[in-house]
Formats: sequence, structure tokens, C-alpha cells
Amino acid sequence: MWGMRARVLVVDDDPALAEMLGIVLRGEGFAPSFVADGEAALTVFRETRPDLVLLDLMLPGMSGLDVCRAVRAESGVPIVMLTAKSDTVDVVLGLESGADDYVVKPFKPKELVARVRARLRRGEEAPPETLTIGPPQAQVQIDVPGHSVTRDGSPIALTPLEFDLLVALARKPRQVFTREVLLEQVWGYRHAADTRLVNVHVQRLRAKVERDPEHPEVVLTVRGVGYKAGTG
Amino acid sequence: MRRRARPDAPDGRVRLVYQRFRRAAGWLSARVLARWRRSLQLRVVTSALLASSVMTVALGLFVVHRVTDGLVVAEKEQALEQLASGVTYLGDELSSIKGQDDPELDSVLRQAARNLSDRGSRATDFAVAVLPTGNRRLSPKYVPRYSPDDVRPPAQLTGLIATGEQRGYQFTRTSLDDRPARPFLVVGAPVDTQAGRFDLYYFVPLDDQVATVSLVQNSLTAIGALLLLLLAAIAGIVARQVVTPVRVAARTAERLSAGLLEERMVVRGEDELARLAHSFNQMAANLQRQIVQLENLSRLQQRFTSDVSHELRTPLTTVRMAADVIHAASDTFPPALARSTELLSNEVDRFESLLNDLLEISRYDAGAAVLDPEDTDVRTIVTRTVDGLAQLAERTGSELEVVLPDEPVVAEVDPRRVERILRNLVGNAIEHGEGRPVKITLASDADALAITVRDYGVGLRPGEAQAVFDRFWRADPSRARQTGGTGLGLSISREDARLHDGWLQVWGWPALGAQFRLTLPLRRGERLAAAPLPLAPADAGSRYPRAIEAAPRALPAGAAHPALTPGPADAAGTEEEQDA
Repeated sequence: MWGMRARVLVVDDDPALAEMLGIVLRGEGFAPSFVADGEAALTVFRETRPDLVLLDLMLPGMSGLDVCRAVRAESGVPIVMLTAKSDTVDVVLGLESGADDYVVKPFKPKELVARVRARLRRGEEAPPETLTIGPPQAQVQIDVPGHSVTRDGSPIALTPLEFDLLVALARKPRQVFTREVLLEQVWGYRHAADTRLVNVHVQRLRAKVERDPEHPEVVLTVRGVGYKAGTG
Repeated sequence: MRRRARPDAPDGRVRLVYQRFRRAAGWLSARVLARWRRSLQLRVVTSALLASSVMTVALGLFVVHRVTDGLVVAEKEQALEQLASGVTYLGDELSSIKGQDDPELDSVLRQAARNLSDRGSRATDFAVAVLPTGNRRLSPKYVPRYSPDDVRPPAQLTGLIATGEQRGYQFTRTSLDDRPARPFLVVGAPVDTQAGRFDLYYFVPLDDQVATVSLVQNSLTAIGALLLLLLAAIAGIVARQVVTPVRVAARTAERLSAGLLEERMVVRGEDELARLAHSFNQMAANLQRQIVQLENLSRLQQRFTSDVSHELRTPLTTVRMAADVIHAASDTFPPALARSTELLSNEVDRFESLLNDLLEISRYDAGAAVLDPEDTDVRTIVTRTVDGLAQLAERTGSELEVVLPDEPVVAEVDPRRVERILRNLVGNAIEHGEGRPVKITLASDADALAITVRDYGVGLRPGEAQAVFDRFWRADPSRARQTGGTGLGLSISREDARLHDGWLQVWGWPALGAQFRLTLPLRRGERLAAAPLPLAPADAGSRYPRAIEAAPRALPAGAAHPALTPGPADAAGTEEEQDA
């Protein structure tokens, strides 16, 4: 049974909150580990190899954003940040540093668990499927079960979330996806208003898959509606 | 049939030219007028020029007059003196003549006239005429050197002499030969002798005097013109000395108001202008200090808000989670403990929303709220909000009715803020709707979109329409609160609308319910002129006073225009004339 439990690394300097998070996570069947210091976070991350990182943005030592970047630099592990600030700048900064999702304090245990579950629940039984997206001159190949993305044979490293976003767009090349639909399909939220999540992740995705992110060809913006796959 | 002037017809062409001329003249006069209004320097120079030209002309006229007078008087005196000696001479010459019939008379007269003419020291154009009166045997005029026909004493003077005047003079223009007429002084006097009466006339040319006067005139004109130019230049320089610093001050003030707080004037010398510059700089320094202080305060406030936010939220999160964990297990608790747990959980919720609202309000107060606009189909915001509140509506029994246009309503808005406004409005409508339906309508035109939220609850009493947006205002303090809002929702909503340059307004009447209307421009930075939906709902009928003009007496005392709250700014009036 222990082996089946998802490991969650909680990076938080507030002992009471960390303990409470531990209680909730254990109660929901996760295996939490803790680190209170930004400097130590990376070492502990390497030792524990968690399935998901819960990261408080305000940390002593290294700032949460730096930890986020460092973790993202060596792993595509889902990162959910805990933030006390819901201001756009802070949220966008966090997402741009590599976080997949964020929860604003104070949050309900259920909300947190739902987000953690959504990040952990990933296409376990993907059928063998190969997709292409983008116009012929900038085409990107997606090997869905293999979780790999290539252009002209060279691999592009995507985080699982970016991968899911690209797959969602590529599966229905003719459809225009609203941000809300993407939030539901990729993040697993219903009635979520936070379109910044989508915007920032589309930017991050474009930075990796587009030849020129300023003039996207693979992921196109449909003004006032949302996004769609670029096709030939 | 009406005749129309064609451009090719002559009168038409004239009219065309005239019209063009008029247009050009109008344009020119407008330009000049504008310049006149805008340039202090121009006005100063023009006024100085006008005043000094009046002065110069008056002075010149006076001088010319005096010079002319002096010259003429001297000439007249001299001419009369000469005449007097001429009269004596002629009298002496004729004293030997005994009677009118003396045969010598003619030759004596002729000789005397020649002598008189020669005695006149004037070289040219000086003429003498002797006119025998009443002696038919003599020639009518003795005029040496000139043709007698050309030398004609003016009738007025001859008349004067004929009446017995001893001497007379007259200025006239005449010509003694074929040359053009010139000014002359003619003096005349009678000479009574035994041989009868003879009238003696001297024609004195005034060429020299005229030349002198015109020289004086010309000199004066030249000097005057030069003086005027000089005065204009001086006025210009003086005005410039005053105006330039004023212009510099104006430019500096403009730059200051544009946000360049470091901008200062150069202080030179110790005069009034230096004082102006000095005071100006002092004012700018004060302003800058105040602004920097305010900015610092604002930054401090933002910092504080952010810190409080973090410091409060972290423990609150722990409390929240603990309360939820306890609450989840409350089935097994004894009733008092279970209820306490529930209260704890609910109040933590309330505390949280209060904290959020307070932080949001303080963000607005600190001027730290920023819009994060993106092109959004507002229909999706409405749908999402309504979906999110469906549960609450179900609990109170209100039916949510949504009217959306078929076409997307794409606007440059901050979706989170618009959703927050809507959540507030619809939430309020459900809370105060007494279980009756709540109707949400979205409409747009070329420039703006409007969302109305209509409820059929208790409505608003006169005067309350103003108050609903006040912080912590409660519709009815005695009424039990159901959903426990923070009392800040509508204040925040109004700030949210204002941040969009939009309007948030309310209509309401007792027992008829209320309708909130949010109006937003489709594009950022555009001013709202009108809303695509009326503020007062059509289904309210005419049971409420639509406007004060229509039914002033129907209003309760003290209520001016109770139902309609004008735009977010505090303008008053009916919905057609709102101005945000």
C-alpha cells in the first residue's frame, strides 16, 4: 500500500501550516514530506523524488520563485504554489517561474486536495497515438503514450502540464478552445475563472514549441474567444 | 422654378470668388484673433503702438501747424509792410498828376508799376498789379512782366478793398503764367489820389514756405515713423522680458503637471520675475515633496497591505483547515460541540471574506489597484457567474433567468473584476429577492455593453439608491442577514466598475424590486456616452415616478429623485443625461 501513495513534498516555513497540511494530506492518502527552508528544499527534493511539490512562495533563505525555477530546471514534476497574494503580478510571476497551478491562502482543504489530485491524475492508460500540430513548415509531432514531443526529429522538453495542453489542442485541430474549456480539460476545474493560468501556460508552451514565439504558428490566439491549434 | 446660380454664369462666378474671399478673410481673421487672444506680447506691442501713434500724429500736427503759422505770419507782415511802402510810393508818383484826364497818367502808372515790381526784391514770380477804378480811359490793369489776364486778384479781396477797407490779404492758389497753380499770398490796398483811386495788389509766392512746411512735414513723418518703430521694438523687448519668463513658467508648469517633478525654472537676478521663478520653484518643490510623500505612503500602504495579507493569511489557512477537518468529523460530536464546530467553520469563512474585501478596498484606497484587461466574451463571464450562484439561488428558491445576445460580446475587460461585480450583484439580488426570480440581461452596442440584474424583492426606499454603494451599508439593519455579506461588496464593485471607466448604477422602488446596471466601454480608454440598456426596468410599469418633472407631487417629501442613481461619479439626473 505504501508504494501506491503519491509523495508530496511540502515546502513551507510556517510549522503550524506545514503540520496542518500534513494532517490533511495524510488523511487524503498522500505521503507528505516537509522542508521549511528554501536552501534545503532542492536537496530534499532530490532525495525524496516526490510526485508533486507544494511550494509556499514566501520562504526564508531562497525565495519560493527561485526554488520553483531550480526544481523546474531539473524536473517536470507538478508544482502547486501556495500564495498569499492574489495580485496578478505575483501569480503570473509564480506561473512563469514554472509552477503548474496555484492556491491562494486561505484555502479549503478540499480545494487544495482537488488541485493536488488534478495535477497527479494524468493519462495513465493512453492509447498508442501520434498527433501532429502546426503548419507543415513548423510542424510538431506528439507521441502521446511516450510523452515526447519532437520537431524535425529533435525533442522538445515539455512539463506534463504543457504536454497535456498541447495534446488537448492537437486532438481537435478545428476547434477553438475557450480558456474555460481548457481549464476544465487540462487543469480539471469547473467554473474556474482564472484565465491567467491558461494565458501564462500558453506563453510558456509557445516559448518551447514555436519557431518565433512572437509570431505563433502552432498555438494560435482567437481574439475574444481563446486558442486553437495551428494547421496547414 | 427656382433659379440656381451656376458657377459658370457671371454672377455665379462673382459669388464664388466672393465666397472664397469671405472664407479666406474669415480664416485669416480667425487666425489673427486666435493669435491676439493667445499672445500677451502681441497685445502689449499693439497697444503701445496704437497709443504712441496717436501721440505722434497729434504732436506732428501741432508742430506742423505752429511752423506754418509762424512762417505765414512773418510773410504776411513783410508783404503788408511792402504794400504800405508801395502805397506811399504810388501816392508820391501820382501827386504830380492833377486830374483823371491827365495824358501823363497812363505812362506814369506804367512806370510806377514797373518800379514797384522791380523794387520787390523777390526774384521770381513776384507780381504787382495796379487797378485803376472807374477810369475808363486807362487800361483796366497795370501788370508789369506778366500778362494782365493771368494776374487776377481774388474776387473776395477786391470786394473787400472796394468796400473801403484800407488793406486786405488773402491766401489763394493761382498761376501767373502757364505753370500749374501754386499758393500765393495776395495783399491789396487802395491808393487815393487827385487822379482818382487806384487799387494796388501784390502777389507774393509762398513756394519757400510751402517747401519749408513740407520739409518739416516729411521730417516729422519720418521721425514719427522711426519713433513708432522704435517704440514698438521697445514695447516688444519689454513685453518679451516679462512674457518670456511667464512662458517659461507656463511650459515648466505643463511639464510638472505631466509628471516631470524635477522640472524647475532658472532664477536670474533679484527682480519680480526672479521672485516669480523663485516662488514657482518653491511651489514645485512643495508639490514634489507632497507627491513623493503620498507616493511613499501609497507604497508603504501597499507594502503593509501585502505584509498583513501574508501574515494574516498563513495562520488563517491553518485555522481554516483545522476547522474543516474538525467539521468533517462533527457527525460523531455531541450537539453543542457539533454546532460550535459549524459556527467556527462559518465564521472563519466570513472572516476570510471580510479580510479579502478589506484588503481589496485598501488596495483601491492606496491607488494600487490595476486593471488586467483582456479581450473576453462577456457572455462567458455571465454564464460562469450564474452557474456559480445556482446553488445559492436554489436554496432561496429564486429562479435565475439569463438573457444573452446570440453574438459574442467581446470587450477589453478584466474578467476577474467583472465576474466579481456580477457575483456581488446577482448574490445581492438572490439575497434580497425574497425567493422571486432574478433576471440577468446582457446587451451591447457599438461602444458599450450593459448588464442589468433585476430582482423583485423589497426594492429600495427613496434615498437608499445613493447609499447602497456606501461601505458597510445595510439595507435594513433590523432584518436578519441570511448569507452574511461583508457589506463591502457593492463598494468594491463600484470601484471595479470605475477602474474600467464604467458605470455601476441602481434603480429601485419599494415593493417593485431593484435593478442594478453595469455599463462598460468595449474598448479601454473610451468614455461612456450612453448605455445599451435602460436603467429603469420596463416591467416596473408606471407605478413609480419616472422623473421628477413628470410627477413631482407623487414623490414622498424630501426625496428629490429617489429611484435613479446617476453614474459612478456623482452626477444627478435621469438616465439619459448621466455623465460618469
